[in-house]
Amino acid sequence: MKVTFPHMGNLYIPLRALFENLGLTVIVPPKSSKRTLTLGTRNSPEFACLPLKVNVGNFIEAFELGADAVVMAGGVGPCRFGYYGEVEREILEDLGYNFEMFIIEPPQGRFREVLHELGRLVGRVTASQVIHAVRIAWEKLSSVEALERLAAKVRARELQKGSVTKALAQALKDIDKAETLGEIRTARLDGLSTISGVPQREDYTPLRVGIVGEIYVVLEPFVNLDVERELGEMGVEVERSIYLGDWIGLHVIKDMLRFGRGSLKRVKRLASPYLQHFVGGHGIESVGHSVEYARKGFDGVVHLAPFTCMPEIVAESILPRVSKDLDIPIMSLIFDEHSADTGVVTRLEAFVDLISRRRSRLGNLGKDTGDVSYAGLYRR
Amino acid sequence: MRGYIGVDVGSVSTNVVAIDDEGNVIDKVYLRTQGQPIKVVQEGLRAIAAKCSDIEIAGAGTTGSGRRLASVIVGADCVKNEITAHAVAASHVVPGVQTVLEIGGQDSKIIILRNGVVIDFAMNTVCAAGTGSFLDHQATRLNIPIEQFGDLALKAEVPVRIAGRCAVFAESDMIHKQQMGHRIEDIVCGLCEALVRNYLNNVGKGKDILPPIVFQGGVAANAGMKRAFEKALGETVIVPEHYNVMGAIGAAILAAEEVKRRGTGTLFRGFDVVDEEFEARSFECKGCPNRCEVINIIRDGDTIARWGDRCGKWEAL
Repeated sequence: MKVTFPHMGNLYIPLRALFENLGLTVIVPPKSSKRTLTLGTRNSPEFACLPLKVNVGNFIEAFELGADAVVMAGGVGPCRFGYYGEVEREILEDLGYNFEMFIIEPPQGRFREVLHELGRLVGRVTASQVIHAVRIAWEKLSSVEALERLAAKVRARELQKGSVTKALAQALKDIDKAETLGEIRTARLDGLSTISGVPQREDYTPLRVGIVGEIYVVLEPFVNLDVERELGEMGVEVERSIYLGDWIGLHVIKDMLRFGRGSLKRVKRLASPYLQHFVGGHGIESVGHSVEYARKGFDGVVHLAPFTCMPEIVAESILPRVSKDLDIPIMSLIFDEHSADTGVVTRLEAFVDLISRRRSRLGNLGKDTGDVSYAGLYRR
Repeated sequence: MRGYIGVDVGSVSTNVVAIDDEGNVIDKVYLRTQGQPIKVVQEGLRAIAAKCSDIEIAGAGTTGSGRRLASVIVGADCVKNEITAHAVAASHVVPGVQTVLEIGGQDSKIIILRNGVVIDFAMNTVCAAGTGSFLDHQATRLNIPIEQFGDLALKAEVPVRIAGRCAVFAESDMIHKQQMGHRIEDIVCGLCEALVRNYLNNVGKGKDILPPIVFQGGVAANAGMKRAFEKALGETVIVPEHYNVMGAIGAAILAAEEVKRRGTGTLFRGFDVVDEEFEARSFECKGCPNRCEVINIIRDGDTIARWGDRCGKWEAL
């Protein structure tokens, strides 16, 4: 059996490690590309949202490389994603592929089902093998995200445009190749020091922007037209509201161990003046995290959503109030299959203009000079 | 005398202006882009050059979706997004402006300013209903020259109700009303009101629209749209004299700021660029499955700029 799974940012690195250490052969789909999107949109219902289409494209491209088993996440609540595993199974079967599908539902108390599905996937393995695989995968995941977090900070200050992105790509490659816990830690430390060693502008305080929104669009740079990098290269320090380590810690591990879902509770509490109900997906998180960024003194929030995403439409209609109440600029961007980034870059540039003017005005309260220049804030 | 050039390359129109040190418009050109931005930029510059023979060009700026392309042709000191450019121009023309309504060929935006600073903006995200292209299309379908569209709307007696959310629904509503026998003036006016309603609910959602309100962009030529805005907002709407080239004016002002800030002289390549041979050639990079379409800009046989690649491999010449 050759296992594959959909792409979502750099998730393939820990997932590959997890499954390989459980004794499975893994076929990582080629990185999402225009071809993936073309295959996906051709074979998916038009009204589905973008994640489904890219998933289908990923699976077809993995089948071409010989994969014959698919692992897909399930879900609960009003977000359509929860049913995408089933829909994808049907689509791929109709296309005539021969494969097995494993849909891992979020546990939420029904562990037997999850364990049953996992057991069906990996067959007979020893407990120590499972523990080892999970430890390796966890180490890789947290290393990947530590590198991503650092890159998003340093990129805003890099002297040579693109140098951080290059250093990050190399570090991720090393993490992917590392096999033992020791090797992973070395790769992580090497990567962290290469990234922080990139020549940087000194005496420069970057603007800070938080990215909120639907998890897939937030994490997959192919789909969000590299928003994180674009902002970074405009000299903005970016923080994502979603890191998978947090997310898995929240939804899987803590759930499994039944101890408090602290961070989710906190986000819900922050969102509660505006939204008290679970609206599916990450709707409530988008609101809660925006409030959090405002309180932390960020200069702005960028909200990402796939076209027609219901939970994020709910969030989008609430965010203008958050913006007004807490005096923080928030901009929503909606993504579909378009590849032209001009529109996105135009909006991001204007947003950065806005927040930097705003900051220099706030910084000069009482002595408003009025001559802060729009021009020359950054070059493209 | 010193002057500054501003170039705004949009989806539908390309505008070139020359302004003086005080920001007064010396000359302006409004041309249709017609899918040939390079040629049209050159044409625009040629027209401007005729009026600028005794003016020393001290700076040039570009804006609009084709700003990058235009910047390598003219040699721009400042390349800026059209939201900022429009805001700068509006607050120059109407000091103290608090709201800018801008409707162009494919974009519509709203910009909120307070004390001369942009504090909020929005741009249509997924739908072009209500932009210039749609009005253009409807005018053609009704066989009315677009220039007369607005005045026709002013003659309406009983505006009909048209669905404004989606261009497809709007068009089918219009055809329906027309087949029912409604007067063309009433339909055209109904369309303007529908577009304004859609604009305010979509782009203008949740924004504090306070006067002075400036309405600019190509669609501001449409008197029917201006009146529909005034009716919906209950405020006077100002259409500035140079409403259709405000982006270019903003780009020129920004270029002037930038040149002063930098103090090293302009990058403007002179009016001779109108006679240079520019060519854009594209190829598909096969380095990875992204298959980026890379554009080469070639001037007189030399590649002077390259873009379109996601990884940056080609961008560095």
